[in-house]
Amino acid sequence: MPDRRNVIYCYDGTFDGLMCCVFDSYVRREIPSDILSEVPEQLSFCDMHFVETVPEHSARVSAAIPKKISPRAFDAVKKAFLSCEDGKDMLILMFIRKGFQFGGKVEDMLADDTVNKLNKTVLFCTREAHLLQGFLRFSDYGGYLAAVIEPKNKAIPLIADHFTDRMRNENFLIYDKAHRMALIYFRHKAEIAENIDFELPDASAEEELYRELWKGFYKTIGIEERYNPRCRMNMMPKRYWANMTEMREELGISEESRNRLSETN
Amino acid sequence: MDISEKLKILAAGARYDAACTSSGVDRKGGHQDGIGSASACGICHSFASDGRCISLLKILMTNYCLYDCKYCINRRSNDLPRARFTPEEIAELTINFYRRNYIEGLFLSSGIIQSPDYTCEQLIEALTLLRVKYKFYGYIHVKAIPGADPELINRLGVLADRMSVNIELPSQKSLNALAPDKSKSSILLPMGQITQKIRQNSYEIVKYKNAPKFAPAGQSTQMIIGATPDSDFHILRLSEAMYQKYSLKRVFYSAYIPVGDQKLLPPAGTKPPLLREHRLYQADWLLRFYGFRAEEILDEQHQNFDPLLDPKCNWAVHHPECFPVEINKAPYEMLLRVPGIGVKSAQRIVTARRQAKLDYNDLRKLGVVVKRAVYFILCMGKRAEGLVMTETGMMRSLMSASVVKELEQNGYSGEQLSFFDSEKTVPTLEDTVKCLTGEM
Repeated sequence: MPDRRNVIYCYDGTFDGLMCCVFDSYVRREIPSDILSEVPEQLSFCDMHFVETVPEHSARVSAAIPKKISPRAFDAVKKAFLSCEDGKDMLILMFIRKGFQFGGKVEDMLADDTVNKLNKTVLFCTREAHLLQGFLRFSDYGGYLAAVIEPKNKAIPLIADHFTDRMRNENFLIYDKAHRMALIYFRHKAEIAENIDFELPDASAEEELYRELWKGFYKTIGIEERYNPRCRMNMMPKRYWANMTEMREELGISEESRNRLSETN
Repeated sequence: MDISEKLKILAAGARYDAACTSSGVDRKGGHQDGIGSASACGICHSFASDGRCISLLKILMTNYCLYDCKYCINRRSNDLPRARFTPEEIAELTINFYRRNYIEGLFLSSGIIQSPDYTCEQLIEALTLLRVKYKFYGYIHVKAIPGADPELINRLGVLADRMSVNIELPSQKSLNALAPDKSKSSILLPMGQITQKIRQNSYEIVKYKNAPKFAPAGQSTQMIIGATPDSDFHILRLSEAMYQKYSLKRVFYSAYIPVGDQKLLPPAGTKPPLLREHRLYQADWLLRFYGFRAEEILDEQHQNFDPLLDPKCNWAVHHPECFPVEINKAPYEMLLRVPGIGVKSAQRIVTARRQAKLDYNDLRKLGVVVKRAVYFILCMGKRAEGLVMTETGMMRSLMSASVVKELEQNGYSGEQLSFFDSEKTVPTLEDTVKCLTGEM
């Protein structure tokens, strides 16, 4: 394997761009010391290589992964790309290189550091997406549904199929406020839009009614004798609460009491 | 009465039923009209203040009831507000909650009004509205009403994904005392009927493509724990029989929470036996996923669970002849018996050791709780470096962190703990339960 060179790759942040990093790494016979998805503000002492996104190059890499490694490995690469973790680009590059070296059996090398880290990254993304399939809350605006989520990873590509299948005859929008992306499903067509801003409008009287019904149900269903807020927090981390109809108040209460505490201190 | 008031009354009546999962069936929405799909792994939509998952709109059709089962909050003689949903109200509420992604589907149970047949017909009407008028393809769990006509149970099962009949009390003696209107056979009869129908249906859908599916997510049941003197061994053996004879998908355990003062039951204010419930679930997992038999977990001499150790660790420390096992060679079934190795990590070990020999550091990466496992394993023929095999050390590593903490706070030092002469040094079950629930 070629040595790590004192060079940093910089690409355009797209999946195709990252595939071109892999391509360039082979053509230039080098492993960069880091990969950046945007141009850094400060210049570093390392050499910079600005990777150009060439469709033919990315297509070649994208076609080779399922063929020479395995379709499952390609799926894992695509999921890991949605991760918010620092260093995911380098991790994906190293995984693909390892895959080309060992072929399909790289999937079984679970104790290998690169494979292990990649699997954990994928698991982190898919787990969050699974939670969001449950925790996401739609509101009805005159027959159109809209929801806001704030995931750590880019979850929309991972939850799109679930919601377009389940809500196939609805029109809806899911907005990822953290990454300014949206899934728009209108007249049976789904589209993912990037770089957009969106705020939920005020709820109608009917919408408020169902919110109140749901909150009432939520409060009733918990059994006082089994009160266990820590278990709840483990199962449903607090960062999701702000966008959940039944939890928003709870968050308000606890924040209020925290403020009161800090005032008295 | 307005709908919000009704919902509160009828959700409060249903909340003691633990069988609220949405798993067991995969159904794509596809190109049909209507709304909904089902996911085999189940989806939790929220978690209640007691930490339990909320995935279904869990309600009673009505909490009026002809019966007077002593343990039940909805018993006839209990003085509490009563309400009843119309089938249309149930359907509308379900659809509107479902569209907003509050829920994965409906869990519908009911008190018995007029007669079991009439009650069953009302449930059928609500589900028919949902499935036909609203074209709802989401998850439905419905209670079979004991004593209803078999034909009605059949019609109910075709509309639902999962059906359940609650055993409630684990023995005929307990039933006689506390549920004079129910008997073991009146509960087992519909259960057997559902089992038979599910088996028959699995042939039909192979033979006829469009045969209606009968409860495709299977059948479950629930037992109340701690209301009666039945032992853990008795309960566990009953569960095992349920899984084997009736092919149940799940048996749920529900720690009894006193619902008003009753002479024959624990008095109001008694803490629910949550640790015991937890141990039963752990043992249940061992039956379903780890290849254990009930007699291996408990026996006539040991009728109840050790409060300090989970049942798997307990088995391991009493079977030193089976250990240590070599990680790189042991069969999967044996890996599953090692404390600190779960189903996922055992599968990972089997996969990863095909490519390379595994050491202790690798095990950590595969998700094994090495701290616990070290006492029972070898890697490439070697014990973990620096491991001192002492009983106290092993005991501390096998107990859950919360048990250790509670014990220390109550003055038990590690040295006092021992597996083998439990009479002398280990607190009684009752003590530990009290200290875990904060009474001590």
